[in-house]
Amino acid sequence: MATDFLRPAEHELETVDININVGPQHPATHGVFRMVLTVDGELVTDLDPVIGYMHRGNEKLPENCDYRQVIGYHDRTDYLGQFNTEHCYVEAVERLGGLTAPERAEYIRVILAELNRIASHLMFMGAFGTDIGLSGTSFMYAFRDRETIQDFFEEITGERMMYNYFRPGGVAWDVPDDFKERCRQVVAAIKRGLDDLDGLLTKNEVVLARCRGLGPVSREDAINWGITGPMLRATGFQHDIRKAEPYSIYDRFDFDVPVGSHGDVYDRLTVRFEEIRQSVRIVEQALEQMPEGPFMAEGMKRILRVPPGEIYMRVEGPRGEYGIYLVSTGTDRPYRHKVRGASFCNLSALRAMSVGHYVADVITILGSIDIVLCEVDR
Amino acid sequence: MFLANLVSSNPWLESLVRLGVVGVLLPLSVIILSWLERKVLGRLQVRLGPMRVGPYGVLQGVADTVKLLTKEDLRPQTADRWTFELAPFVIVVPVIMAIVALPFTADLFVRNLALGLFYIIAVTSLSIVGFVMAGWGSDNKYALLGGVRAGAQLISYEIPLVMAIVAVAMLGQTLNLNAIVALQDDTPFIAYQPLAFLLFTIAGLAELYRQPFDIPVAESEVVGGPFVEYSGIRWSMFQMGEFVSMVLISILGSLIFLGGWIWPFNGDIGPLGQAALMSVKTFAFILFFMWMRGSMPRLRIDQMMSLCWQLLLPFAFLQIIINGLVLVYDWPDWTLSVLSGAGALAAVYLIYRAARQQGVTYEPAVTGRQRVGSVL
Repeated sequence: MATDFLRPAEHELETVDININVGPQHPATHGVFRMVLTVDGELVTDLDPVIGYMHRGNEKLPENCDYRQVIGYHDRTDYLGQFNTEHCYVEAVERLGGLTAPERAEYIRVILAELNRIASHLMFMGAFGTDIGLSGTSFMYAFRDRETIQDFFEEITGERMMYNYFRPGGVAWDVPDDFKERCRQVVAAIKRGLDDLDGLLTKNEVVLARCRGLGPVSREDAINWGITGPMLRATGFQHDIRKAEPYSIYDRFDFDVPVGSHGDVYDRLTVRFEEIRQSVRIVEQALEQMPEGPFMAEGMKRILRVPPGEIYMRVEGPRGEYGIYLVSTGTDRPYRHKVRGASFCNLSALRAMSVGHYVADVITILGSIDIVLCEVDR
Repeated sequence: MFLANLVSSNPWLESLVRLGVVGVLLPLSVIILSWLERKVLGRLQVRLGPMRVGPYGVLQGVADTVKLLTKEDLRPQTADRWTFELAPFVIVVPVIMAIVALPFTADLFVRNLALGLFYIIAVTSLSIVGFVMAGWGSDNKYALLGGVRAGAQLISYEIPLVMAIVAVAMLGQTLNLNAIVALQDDTPFIAYQPLAFLLFTIAGLAELYRQPFDIPVAESEVVGGPFVEYSGIRWSMFQMGEFVSMVLISILGSLIFLGGWIWPFNGDIGPLGQAALMSVKTFAFILFFMWMRGSMPRLRIDQMMSLCWQLLLPFAFLQIIINGLVLVYDWPDWTLSVLSGAGALAAVYLIYRAARQQGVTYEPAVTGRQRVGSVL
């Protein structure tokens, strides 16, 4: 028959989905995250995240440590927002133990925590650019500015990564004499460099085409998933713990909480850009107001004993809500020590966001979550 | 003198000597280009690039070559042996074959083919097979994905590339590259058909799988794609294929759009002057490709496909229709420039608008298991 070719073939081409194992050693998984993708051609039909490669008992170990020794473990959970995590821990111990840090120490903490947030977001910009295919350009630009912050931190704490600088009741030692001057230099460098990065990323046609409308999360879903931080704000929900329940001295500063409108990957990017600008504002105000004075509370004991009780302390980390649940029985070490990692909760939405997208988009969505594996696995 | 006479009297001997010159120049250009690429990328990325080996790192390429040649040539145990081992040759050989028909100056060429353009198009499309072979033979899922992506992308972009070249051939009424260059003595063809030039550059970028079209080798997705299992000399052959294709596309673009060695000095600047002029034009292309690499993220595969089939291809046909109208009805030359320029602006505007379209919601393509794009 001449019209045979119009009929669909009786036996369609038989295809099978294949499993692709992305990670734990893969350039786009930001550490040792592993996801098993089931792909139908280029489309991801299923995604199975596997975590735990970085588990080191970061919650259990502190239960055998002195209250001050625990600080080091918090540097090692969220290793890109170390000061933010330390801030959370010392604040928890202070509230539980009824300690008050002197004004100067609070200002130092806020300045360092905000600079740390900027450094973390810069790291995100760089890594995200690489995820969507910029061959290292965004990485280099972001690291140029991040490096100024790291040098600054090194001058203060002597460390480039595991700072271990905050203490219950203050900070470990006073900042150098030229602290304010150097900090202003750092802030100026960030402001200059941020415009370069902004021009490279947010207005690029390919970034627009790739990121807008991708992986959107509605406000309700975000809250149900427990998503916090820039990812939650990208959905348009104005929630920032620095504003919602101001800890430390955040109620003294004038800053905005940037929000997105669609909750897509592009909004997550732009929200983070705006957050860097707001953090710069906070740092500038804090530098103006920072008083002279002691850096450590009077009469701190050599062995710190905290009265019995429990507390859940949370701060706004670069990735979202970083919380610590601490139970004390009156001894010199915590009885229970539990960490709520922001990127762990944010990562839980990965499958819901990714299924049905292309392989390239799944990598982009994973990048936009901005995970830190040490905080996910702890 | 005797030697020169002997060589020019025997066409086979002459071709052999010319081929020898090309054979020496090509690996040399690859070494130089790999150094240049790293330098240019370094400058774009606020760093210095290689600085250790030789002054300003100029010998870095030599050091890399020595390293790659002495490295172990690994083959996965489960790989399909012959497919795996032959794939690099299948990629490199067609590219070098194409170079044979490519004149660099009025005198520096291997063979002046009457159907030079046709031959180049025909031969270069063969290397697609190599990518699919490498992807399949590696027995690696990343490589397989990359190989299939390469097949889809290179075949798709072959069409607008060929269409842009066909537009040039219509204008020149010849497929001989030397003749096409000779026609551009007062106006290069880019002035007559900016649209074809735009299509050629975009499709060329895609044929070279460089950003924003580096989808087959995407480092953050398929970790190098078809090359993921290769090492040592075989890997360096992929690298060589990439750089030689870049030279090929750049020289071809300079010849058919930028006036080759003729424009703007009418060709009477001596062989060295011609070579210098061609080098400038070729390096303009090469630097553009490197610049793109430093500043463009990667497109998604469906965007890459729709850009090709929905934008480049219709515009390529538009260019050919314009050319046909102008040639048949003998309209003045400036109408060609104006119409093609308008077409190029329209194409750029469409890309600009598509990227900034408001209210984009990107729906997941499947929920659960469902066949996509089934062939009826």
